[in-house]
Amino acid sequence: MSTQNPTSSRIHPHKFTLWVAMASIIMMFAGFTSAYIVKMNEGSWLKFQLPSIFWLSTAIILLSSLTLHLAGKSFKAREMARYRQLITVTAVLGLAFILCQYFGFRSLEKQGIELIGQRSNSAASYLLVITGMHMLHVLGGVIAIAVILFLAYSRKVKNYSPLPIELTTIYWHFVDVLWIYLFIFYHFVG
Amino acid sequence: MSHEVEIQVAGVATTHEAHGHHEHHEHHDTFITKYVFSQDHKMIAKQFLITGMFWAVLGGLMSVLFRLQLGYPDSTFPWLETILGKWAKGGHITPEAYYALVTTHGTVLVFFVLTAGLSGTFANFLIPLQIGARDMASPFLNMLSYWFFFTASIVMLSSLFVETGPFSGGWTAYPPLSALGEASPGSKTGMDLWIISMALFVVSSLLGGLNYIATILNMRTKGMSMTRLPLTIWALFFTAVLGVLSFPVLLSGFILLIFDRNFGTSFYLSDIYVNGVGALPNEGGSAILFQHLFWFLGHPEVYIILLPAMGMVSEILSVNSRKPIFGYIAMIGSLFAIAILAFLVWAHHMFVTGLNPLLGSIFVLLTLLIAVPSAIKVFNWITTLWRGNIRFTPGMLFAIGFVSLFISGGLTGIWLGNSALDIHLHDTYFVIAHFHIVMGVASMFGMFAGIYHWYPKMYGRFMNNTLGYMHFWITIAGAYLIFWPMHYQGLAGMPRRYYDFSIWESFKQFVELNRFISTVAMIVFAAQLLFLINFFYSIFKGRKVTNLNPWGSNTLEWTTPLRPGHGNWPGEIPEVHRWAYDYGKDGKEFVQQTTPVGEDESNH
Repeated sequence: MSTQNPTSSRIHPHKFTLWVAMASIIMMFAGFTSAYIVKMNEGSWLKFQLPSIFWLSTAIILLSSLTLHLAGKSFKAREMARYRQLITVTAVLGLAFILCQYFGFRSLEKQGIELIGQRSNSAASYLLVITGMHMLHVLGGVIAIAVILFLAYSRKVKNYSPLPIELTTIYWHFVDVLWIYLFIFYHFVG
Repeated sequence: MSHEVEIQVAGVATTHEAHGHHEHHEHHDTFITKYVFSQDHKMIAKQFLITGMFWAVLGGLMSVLFRLQLGYPDSTFPWLETILGKWAKGGHITPEAYYALVTTHGTVLVFFVLTAGLSGTFANFLIPLQIGARDMASPFLNMLSYWFFFTASIVMLSSLFVETGPFSGGWTAYPPLSALGEASPGSKTGMDLWIISMALFVVSSLLGGLNYIATILNMRTKGMSMTRLPLTIWALFFTAVLGVLSFPVLLSGFILLIFDRNFGTSFYLSDIYVNGVGALPNEGGSAILFQHLFWFLGHPEVYIILLPAMGMVSEILSVNSRKPIFGYIAMIGSLFAIAILAFLVWAHHMFVTGLNPLLGSIFVLLTLLIAVPSAIKVFNWITTLWRGNIRFTPGMLFAIGFVSLFISGGLTGIWLGNSALDIHLHDTYFVIAHFHIVMGVASMFGMFAGIYHWYPKMYGRFMNNTLGYMHFWITIAGAYLIFWPMHYQGLAGMPRRYYDFSIWESFKQFVELNRFISTVAMIVFAAQLLFLINFFYSIFKGRKVTNLNPWGSNTLEWTTPLRPGHGNWPGEIPEVHRWAYDYGKDGKEFVQQTTPVGEDESNH
């Protein structure tokens, strides 16, 4: 049974739901970053350099947005081989981004900046929690890509609907922009 | 006239068809897909409702238990030890158990009953039926929403049975009581389970809310413009928007709390000494920060609870007064204003936390502004009733009761919204009285009104009217008898959450009054059993609905078959030609939304 109203030529309900969900995610990170600002102004705030590998992860996630965008174009052109390659690359880049963030945390710990534990400073803990929550959202995107990857390789399901790839792309660009926001926020506010 | 005849004929035809093809339509459904993992919004609504009722009984019973302590602090009740064991040693509720009861009562009633049970039930049930959709935008997410709520319920329920007891630091879960396991028995495993349960609950609310918004904006039937929607749908829409934008902020507060609890960070903790443990090394955190994050959700949450009740009451008052709702656009505007202001008043819960007085005065202004849309709504409800041809069904009585309670409780909100008065009134029984009347009982009345009114659509049978009337009169009289005296106690400075007032010289005068309140609370709780009996008995044995549109209502849900299957309308989804409130127009008692506008009809 289709739940799509056949008379409606408006935006697909799932796409709309995704937009509202992204608004919801924005509120969560707005909550985090405003807590960050409040806490920062209350003193005993540790100043430290962001790990330089975060620049690399920024480049990676920007690149992954590009590859996913191209993947969507290939899907619409029915160049399925190219499409499969590009989404595979995107998923790998997503995982690489998460790894880079992890190495960033490790490098902070090597400098003696504790992220958790009783001798940690909130400045570092916020970085961990906010970036960590963002990593989880990227991971969610990687899982979404894994699903469309499965659809693309599955021989049983022949799917011509561009909806799954469109939804994934919108979300992926969103977590990309979210990271750019956080990165700028850390640089100019933190 | 001819329209009505047509509707009747068409109605009979669809009923027959629905009976004839009922099995045929649903032959894929097994017991599991129909009653358990159902994706039909109507079944999910009933699941929310019955789970909510379970929690209402449990949460209400908890209030009876702690009222027993407050009303009879010197008496012992051996049966309490039988059911509560070590939590009521010698038949006397222990302080730890008392705080756990108060905390769980608050959490359960606010979130599980009045959020999930109220908006979960009626958003699910009414949105697709009243906008003319076959189901939600995503029936699967909708099902997930219920099962997240169910899991949250199981986790919360299990916290009642752990050895150290459920969380006992108040429903607001302020740190450090919520952040430090050493702080109290309830802060140990009980708090772990509390926070897991609440995180699951937030996910459930978000999944539900996303769906409600997407459905209302995208799945309306032909002709159903936004300004033709019944006010129930508008209210549920703003409720969902509030939830989707405020619950994530609560979640971020909870995530920071989890790190403080389990990973030794200092977001909320600073300079703490715990008896028996010593000074803690945490430094630089701010407990007030949690309050900001909590109340940024917490205040919209009040409206998440109240708005669905307002929407249903608007609809029920109009239907049963046989008059159009007064000021339809003003009603939408005031809902919108309340939704906006809901995000701008959270700090009025924090006037005495050392808030900057200038900031405080801004929040006073914004808080008092809420009186404007609230007054518009009250005015419109009363003018809808004014000179109406009122039918006093149980649903209607509860709707009128809602208006009464909303006025009584709303007026004390003006007191509490003043930061100067709040210095005296904060954390007293005045606050308890205020929010129980305006949010708790009023929304319960909205929920009862909705249940009595839409029961025929839910189960194809009526609830018993006599039991309904008894339920109403005992409950409204009891609500006022319980909470009205609490205003006086609060003005005299009696603090909330205290375990025993009889040992305080200043509050000894209230011993008798406390006993009176406790007695009424027990009677009112017992009266709710009438409702439960009525509800479950009527599912199987209630008077059968024979008329497709028993209340003579205009909205679309009454154009479906008596027991609509998954998909709601057996044939085409009806087209809408007018708004939902053409009552008493051109000499006709009611004109359904599906009736095309006639040529000789006056302007609408």
